Amino acid sequence: MNVIEVKNLCKTFKVKEKEKGFIGSIKSLIKPKYKKIEAVKDISFDVEKGQIIAFIGPNGAGKSTTIKMLTGILYNDSGTINVMGINPNKKRKKLAYEIGCVFGQKEQLWTHLTPYDNFKFFGSIYDLENSVIEKKIKEFKEIFELDEFINTPVRNLSLGQRIRCEIVASLIHDPKILFLDEPTIGLDPIVKENIRTLIKRMNKEYKTTIFLTSHDVGDIEKLCKRVIIVNKGEIVLDDSMENLKYHYLNKKIIELKMKEKVNLDDSKGITILKDKGYNLKLEVDTKKTSISDALKLIDANNIIDINISNVPLEDIIKSIYKGEK
Amino acid sequence: MKSYISYFKLKFITGLSYRAQAIAGIMTQFFFGFVYISVYVAFYESNHSSLPMELDEIVGYLWMSQSLFSLIYLWYKDSEIINMIKTGNIAYELLRPQNLYFMWCSKILGERLSRVTLRFLPVIIIAVLLPKPYNLDISITAFRLLLFIVSMIFSSILMTVLVCLYHVICLFTLDERGVVNIFMVIADILSGLVIPVPFFPKFMQNISNILPFRYISDFPFRLYVGNIDFNEIFISLGMQIIWILILFILGKTLTNKALKRVVVQGG
Repeated sequence: MNVIEVKNLCKTFKVKEKEKGFIGSIKSLIKPKYKKIEAVKDISFDVEKGQIIAFIGPNGAGKSTTIKMLTGILYNDSGTINVMGINPNKKRKKLAYEIGCVFGQKEQLWTHLTPYDNFKFFGSIYDLENSVIEKKIKEFKEIFELDEFINTPVRNLSLGQRIRCEIVASLIHDPKILFLDEPTIGLDPIVKENIRTLIKRMNKEYKTTIFLTSHDVGDIEKLCKRVIIVNKGEIVLDDSMENLKYHYLNKKIIELKMKEKVNLDDSKGITILKDKGYNLKLEVDTKKTSISDALKLIDANNIIDINISNVPLEDIIKSIYKGEK
Repeated sequence: MKSYISYFKLKFITGLSYRAQAIAGIMTQFFFGFVYISVYVAFYESNHSSLPMELDEIVGYLWMSQSLFSLIYLWYKDSEIINMIKTGNIAYELLRPQNLYFMWCSKILGERLSRVTLRFLPVIIIAVLLPKPYNLDISITAFRLLLFIVSMIFSSILMTVLVCLYHVICLFTLDERGVVNIFMVIADILSGLVIPVPFFPKFMQNISNILPFRYISDFPFRLYVGNIDFNEIFISLGMQIIWILILFILGKTLTNKALKRVVVQGG
């Protein structure tokens, strides 16, 4: 079952353009000039129930704009959106009961209230009964380990504690889809890991569909089964995580530490990434040369240390952003 | 409906927690009331020509406007809403299963009622206890009191839709300064909060009779002190309702328009 269906989605923004300097300011005061920016052009995809999907791309690629259109905050120019069978433009309020949203860079909690009071408030605006809210809070208090600070005003919480509360506040009404826009931004590695585990657990226990954007490769690698990569408003890749890795896994990195200097040159399927005489770093394209053939080129008696690894996901994504294949 | 009351309650409770601000407010209001009245007392003692209001009427008018000041002054901005527009946190506001316009109205009314709750009684009590001619006269017929309460309820609603309209305009301008401030200065003068409307020259009285601002403060206070004809009371109540409807429809339509072209600040 598809919970999100998007077809030929487009969005253009009008941005004021100003010539430089004082005279430019006056000119734009009298006759403002506008420039059109195509933030999203012709995007189509479907998301199945219970999936964890990563929606990634460089800054300004149109990720947040897409999320905002899916959640009904922004209106799309053309194309159709269907979230839980609802058109977000027409039934924004109805859709709000079905979805939750966390923007890592924005705040929704009331800072002078405690997390507990905040949750009560958010429960009440989704028309939940008091007993239901209490039950939910108790449940989340355990899962998200909020016991320590549930009665401390939000303004006194650390960023990690606050983000946990932000996520709980977005989950209080049992949304079917959770949109996470850079949820781990600015967090330390331990808290990040912690939040990832929580998100995973949520997905398992409640079958919540999770739609994630992040610049953190760890988030994507550890959470998501499917990746959509957008760049300049267009989808450049929509594939499962396994496929994505497999596709790029026919490249291996070999790092060598040698006793004596060796001279190796680029040859068929082998690229020298780094050559410092004793230390070498090679990239082997296993489609052209097998690993064993590549290793034959190296004198085994001469090796102190050898390390063969996959291309890191981060590099894969980087090369996709740059448009390489 | 229940959810809108939640917004109202939240803002009301938040407002009540600012005690120091309330004490400062009470002192300011009392000080201004006293200074204004001293000026009018001196003015009435030296001037024997016919004036549009009796001295005890103007004193009652001023004490009422000072004690209800935090509810009815017009250059009010809800800093939370304004900040939300500027920082882009409004994205969260649009994720709620509420109508943005009614949500903002509930917030504005909640905060302003909480402010006036803390300030109203202390100012009134001090004003009643003052020596003549500075004191507030609280002998009023039950019927007039009832009309006054009705007019104050309409006035609060009218204030809410008017103030909410400024905030909706900020959705277009993305800043609360500029047009809105000019508007507020004019509104403040025409509402009679600087000089009571009966002291205006005739043409300005005509202007303020047409516009909504006077019906928020000048009309209920004159009704309280009895400086108004019986017919005029009902015409003015009608004007309050007409302006509530006009500003409500305007605000609601503009909100819908704004949401269609909203640009969320900051990514």
